[in-house]
Amino acid sequence: MNLDTFRAETREWLEANCPQSMRNNPFHFEDAHEVYSTDDAIVWRDRMAAKGWTAPTWPKAYGGGGMDYDTHRVFQEEMAAIKALPGATGMGLAMIGPTLMEYGTEEQRQRHIPKIITGEVTWCQGYSEPGSGSDLASLQTKAVLKDGKFVLNGQKIWTSGAQHADWMFALVRTDPNAAKHDGISFVLLDMHQSGVTIKPIPLISGSSPFCETFFDDAVALEEDLVSELNKGWSVGKRLLQYERSAAPSRAKKKGKPANPYALTAKEYIGEIDGKIADSEAREKIVKQTMLEKSMQLTVKRVFEESKSGKAPGATTSIFKLVGSTISKESSALQSELRGTAGAGWEGDSFTEKELDACRGWLRDRAVTIYGGTNEVQMNIISKRVLGLPDK
Amino acid sequence: MPLVLNEEQNMLRDSAKDFCTNSAPIAQFRQLRDDKIEAGFDQQTWQQMIELGWTGITVPEEFGGLGFGFLGLGVVLEECGRTLTASPLLSTAIGAAAIADGGSGEQKSALLPKVAEGELLLALAVEESAHHNPYGAATRAEKAGSTYQVTGKKTFVIDGNVADKLIVVARTSGNAGDRDGLTLLLVDRQSAGVTVTKTIMTDSRNAANISFDGANGELLGAEGNGADLLDRTLDVARILLSAEMLGGTQECFERTVEYLKVREQFGSPIGSFQGLQHRASVMFCEVEMSKSVVLEALSALDDPDDIAELASLAKTRLNDTFNLVSAESIQMHGGIGMTDEYDIGFFMKRSRVCEAAFGNSSFHRDRYATIQGY
Ligand SMILES: Cc1cc2nc3c(=O)[nH]c(=O)nc-3n(C[C@H](O)[C@H](O)[C@H](O)COP(=O)(O)OP(=O)(O)OC[C@H]3O[C@@H](n4cnc5c(N)ncnc54)[C@H](O)[C@@H]3O)c2cc1C
Repeated sequence: MNLDTFRAETREWLEANCPQSMRNNPFHFEDAHEVYSTDDAIVWRDRMAAKGWTAPTWPKAYGGGGMDYDTHRVFQEEMAAIKALPGATGMGLAMIGPTLMEYGTEEQRQRHIPKIITGEVTWCQGYSEPGSGSDLASLQTKAVLKDGKFVLNGQKIWTSGAQHADWMFALVRTDPNAAKHDGISFVLLDMHQSGVTIKPIPLISGSSPFCETFFDDAVALEEDLVSELNKGWSVGKRLLQYERSAAPSRAKKKGKPANPYALTAKEYIGEIDGKIADSEAREKIVKQTMLEKSMQLTVKRVFEESKSGKAPGATTSIFKLVGSTISKESSALQSELRGTAGAGWEGDSFTEKELDACRGWLRDRAVTIYGGTNEVQMNIISKRVLGLPDK
Repeated sequence: MPLVLNEEQNMLRDSAKDFCTNSAPIAQFRQLRDDKIEAGFDQQTWQQMIELGWTGITVPEEFGGLGFGFLGLGVVLEECGRTLTASPLLSTAIGAAAIADGGSGEQKSALLPKVAEGELLLALAVEESAHHNPYGAATRAEKAGSTYQVTGKKTFVIDGNVADKLIVVARTSGNAGDRDGLTLLLVDRQSAGVTVTKTIMTDSRNAANISFDGANGELLGAEGNGADLLDRTLDVARILLSAEMLGGTQECFERTVEYLKVREQFGSPIGSFQGLQHRASVMFCEVEMSKSVVLEALSALDDPDDIAELASLAKTRLNDTFNLVSAESIQMHGGIGMTDEYDIGFFMKRSRVCEAAFGNSSFHRDRYATIQGY
């Protein structure tokens, strides 16, 4: 099919099939579960999944859309034109799916990927432990292989979405005597079993998007070992790259009609001769806006370079660090510019936007912590990119 | 416009790198400074630059140039920035852009081929006070027959002591600060009524105070409506200078990272200390974003795009990044960074002067916000 026909047909199909409530409704990924639990969302997901469009670029053999680069672009443009939300979201699509495509066996792909695409199964990530955060490779959750099954004992923490997840991908220690990176395996396990207990953790933002996860003789099947025994570290690291590249960066949004911070400032601070009345606020806004633009141009440059055949260079190493800082500062600014109205916690005295600004400011403290903290990103740049020595 | 260089531009970069490192290294710049060479640049090196075609890079082919565009000149200036090579290339290119954008057909045919051949040096005389103020001209131009008589004082005219022709921002009506009433004029540096005093700046590069006492000026563009041409010319200047600053920033940063690997204290290379590693990685991020912004701004000059926002973005970013990197470089070098014998200090001096040229960051942040309507 040529691209123009594809565009026309896609436009028509989207117009007819995308429920109004699934358009023009940007949400934070922590709220994904709620947004995707409505009747409209399920209808939308099922219609999209039937065409493979929840995973538009994945192979058709597993139920994906099988789109090539150009087709996918047209598809994205048409989705954006009606501001349609994706058919589905989550760690299945963003993280474990791509990882299985790379490291999984054919049998594993056939068993797991189609259900990620249809949205039947949702996933969570079991990496962090109470004693192992930035130093993830020190993790202690034990897995012993017996009669075709891994028996798991230990504890994970900060498991986002564990309370809604059907399956988990986890890093576990399978050889306690090996060097710390060498005794780790990457396994998949069913969350609906008696050996798994979860306990939600409330956050400063008031929401509770993640949990502690306890394993007491929990079971992962041997056929759900990804890659080889004790070779899980490299799989786990690869998956982190998928996670980091999906890290939210407001810098990627383009074509903003008016500066969103300036709109807030004009409303809450006021203006004198068209200029925001508080000169320091005005300066903060320009600095943030310029930084976002600089990052956006850097993403564009890397994209153009990779299209012209240049290997992805060192530049990508700044994406997580700068992108997350931008997101965090963006949310902070939206709260700060609202003054006391941006510090409201709940109740009718505040508008929904004001409450969101406050919660958003608190919630987005996390973006420079998860997926490798900013300090860890700086360690990576120092060592891998700049070649600075270890002690 | 793609954010990558094409083959032509890459070749230009390679040859510029080769030329600057071999024929115009920092050692040459140091020598110029120590010998207090009046012209502020090395004549022989300049001749070679002309032979390489650099003076014609942005001059359209119909006027004897190469027509390679601003992206081409940008990569050359970036290399010159790395080696701190002193030459009138930048100021002449800025002047040539003003003539190409605002000159009559006659002026273009008369002047641009000479620029391309390296026979005509130009300089933009805009400032009258210590801080950048594009519309601040109090210098007057009075119409006298077919020419104008220019009276007033200009300061910080980059390469004003060597330029053959000065492009003077004067006023035919209104008062200092008004956007209306500005008129651009071409004045021969060596004509009657022009007095040039070279100023010795910390970066040892050319700048001059110039006073005009009824000097003869030739109209460039429209009388009283010079502000549009001036804005565009200044944006060209800001973006091209940012390209040079990008070169200086990268060189300074790379030298410092190298030093972190070799200098040892407490039994380890100092680059193994996390306090320094993290500051180095912050600088790396800033440098990478600077590259993207300069590339985009240069491309925008080649497209007839709206360049004002990008020019202010580029100049702000490079002001801040060059300042950060050159200051951190000295700190991370410790005592040796403070010595005149060591080259690293040259970058900080250059950074300081570049920052003040064509608008510091506070000027450009204000401008950016104003353009965006807040
Ligand atoms: C919202 C949110 C969602 C998350 N979701 C998940 C999930 O789904 N699954 C999962 O497995 N994990 C998840 N995490 C956990 C996350 O990956 C960890 O919080 C993160 O790796 C940091 O570990 P930590 O909290 O133990 O902090 P620590 O590692 O103890 O860090 C504390 C501080 O010390 C600094 N630090 C540590 N080491 C160094 C060093 N070498 N050099 C300099 N500074 C250092 C850190 O940068 C940080 O500032 C989530 C976290 C958040 C906030």
